[in-house]
Amino acid sequence: MLEIKNLHVKLEEEDKQILKGVNLTVEAGKVHAIMGPNGSGKSTLSYVLSGRDGYEVTDGEVTLEGEDVLELEAEERAAAGIFLAFQYPVEIPGVGNMTFLRTAVNAQRKARGEEEMSAADFLKLIRAKAKELKIDADMLKRPVNVGFSGGEKKRNEILQMAMLEPKMCILDETDSGLDVDAMKLVSEGVNALRSEDRGFLVITHYQRLLDHIKPDVVHIMYDGRIVKTGGPDLALEVENNGYADILAEVV
Amino acid sequence: MALPQLKIDATEARIAALELPQGGWADGARRDALERVRAMGLPGTRDEYWKYTDPRSLVQADAQTASLFDGGDGPIFAEIDALKIVFTDGVFDASESDDLSGENLTIERLAESTADLHWARDLYGVLENNGQAPVQRPLAALNTAFANDGVLIHVTGKVEKPIYLIYHHRSENSDAMLHHLVKVEQGASVTLLESGPAAARFNTCMEVDVADDAEFHHVRAQGRDHERRAATHVFGRLGTESVFKSFTLTVNGVLTRNEVVLELTGDDATAHVAGACVGDGEFHHDDTVFITHDAVNCESRQVFKKVLRNGATGVFQGKILVKPDAQKTDGYQISQSLLLDGDSQFLAKPELEIYADDVACSHGSTSGAIDEEALFYLRSRGVPADIATNLLTLAFLAEAVDEIDDEALGEAIVNRIEGWLDRRIG
Ligand SMILES: Nc1ncnc2c1ncn2[C@@H]1O[C@H](COP(=O)(O)OP(=O)(O)OP(=O)(O)O)[C@@H](O)[C@H]1O
Ligand SMILES: [Mg+2]
Repeated sequence: MLEIKNLHVKLEEEDKQILKGVNLTVEAGKVHAIMGPNGSGKSTLSYVLSGRDGYEVTDGEVTLEGEDVLELEAEERAAAGIFLAFQYPVEIPGVGNMTFLRTAVNAQRKARGEEEMSAADFLKLIRAKAKELKIDADMLKRPVNVGFSGGEKKRNEILQMAMLEPKMCILDETDSGLDVDAMKLVSEGVNALRSEDRGFLVITHYQRLLDHIKPDVVHIMYDGRIVKTGGPDLALEVENNGYADILAEVV
Repeated sequence: MALPQLKIDATEARIAALELPQGGWADGARRDALERVRAMGLPGTRDEYWKYTDPRSLVQADAQTASLFDGGDGPIFAEIDALKIVFTDGVFDASESDDLSGENLTIERLAESTADLHWARDLYGVLENNGQAPVQRPLAALNTAFANDGVLIHVTGKVEKPIYLIYHHRSENSDAMLHHLVKVEQGASVTLLESGPAAARFNTCMEVDVADDAEFHHVRAQGRDHERRAATHVFGRLGTESVFKSFTLTVNGVLTRNEVVLELTGDDATAHVAGACVGDGEFHHDDTVFITHDAVNCESRQVFKKVLRNGATGVFQGKILVKPDAQKTDGYQISQSLLLDGDSQFLAKPELEIYADDVACSHGSTSGAIDEEALFYLRSRGVPADIATNLLTLAFLAEAVDEIDDEALGEAIVNRIEGWLDRRIG
């Protein structure tokens, strides 16, 4: 599904290399987790994949189902099926949540040459999905993320993901700021989307989330590289012993 | 102090190009206004109040021509059930207008009203004259002297249907001057709508007297002809517990100066003035607002938002003056611009002058570009950059547009803004 080869990224404005040769392949139907100390480059990777400005790819390539991703604009990547659940979802005063999502859904459909979703169908769908995530109707009407609690913002990210049905879901610390019940809700939302033709890249610091969203593969990122890859047990090892042993072994 | 000769010459040249209407009840007020114009002189580039806006094309003897623009979509409030009064190049157009009558309402043409209307005589030029201090507004006095048409609206009860002044621009060099009076009697209410480019050059003055417990709502959309010029004045006097709300949308136009001068003279009055403008290229838009609090426990709000691109210029001069006895004043003023490129500029001069001690007044002025974080967030969900920019632009204007109470009117305004934005998507 998603193939990242030897990805090198520096900041556009500064001479600062952040990703230093990331290699990673997420197969369709699989959940890959990325863990790693603060500042190792996890969010940067997720931003570069989703096409944010401000980074320069100095080497390497990224493909989604064989198609070059790095050539595409952010909106084209979204239409191609990449979705990022932000570590820090952005507040947009004055733009209603509903208007925003409907515009997004229909823009993606249009980009793929599909027919727009009618207002009625959209409403029905979003109400059902919102209910599953316990997002009340009032929140849908409010401006995007404005005045939402930390946990509500994260649930709103998952709602967007559920509405947009991307092929490749990247979740950046979606568990941070969630209470125990919300964590379950969000995980159920994610698990409901798990399917044969969809890949997941889940960035997290904690095993907790992975108890709910069971990963197939776990990677450790450090200083801009994937330094170790293993099965679900690797996350347990991090949870129990921290990164010291793992890093001592590989660096 | 004697006026500089250049100012005298410019003023006399302008006066010479005009004809003083005669033979009506307003003669005295007109002659008085003409004297005041001569004493003040018309605005020049050195006047402090015109520091950010060049008044010369508004003052020069003949109007510059302005080509006509057809948006192809008719008057903005066409769908609203309203009493329509049409002016073409500044002259009342009976054939296109509705019957000038309604319940709780009398409407007369300024040009035709020969009967001595006491209420009109007591208002014509009076609020305009009051509004000449502490800052002079000579173009308004010029209007009082020379306006040859307009409507005199007397509201004696609740008027449900809005009154809609539609201004057509049909001649490329028309130079129009209209003067309207609105008197809203105690407990009465009315909504006044205005739209259209009106003329190549348009000077309009409206005096609004809102009595105790009365309400005046005003929504206007200035015409889109790119080369048109306009200097507008709205003078309002607010009685006890009265409400005055005015919103203006400006789309295009080479030069627009909108002055709003309000005096809150009765306790517990509410005054809201808002404006949204979108301008592209050769576009200069100036909102100049002066609100005087002269009574207890009044609220005033000024909300002005400007979207500027391709070298457009926005100006805001807004003042709240709180007189010594105007305790418990609640004054709010915000002026913001969204600069869609580096060429455009916003010049703001927000002012507070407060002589009472128990007041809450705040003002803020900002100028900024599109929020890149928000833009990326929208794009990452598949919304193309230009559509995302439009969404954020509309969101920026929302605080001003939300000042319109009536939903249908608000929608009409939003549609017009969307049209402007959509036309700019390549
Ligand atoms: N725009 C930027 N300007 C300066 N430094 C940056 C910028 N973006 C990222 N960095 C730096 O790059 C490194 C990687 O940051 P990144 O946010 O990707 O880390 P992370 O692995 O997501 O960390 P965390 O676990 O704390 O979320 C950090 O040292 C960070 O300070
Ligand atoms: Mg991070």
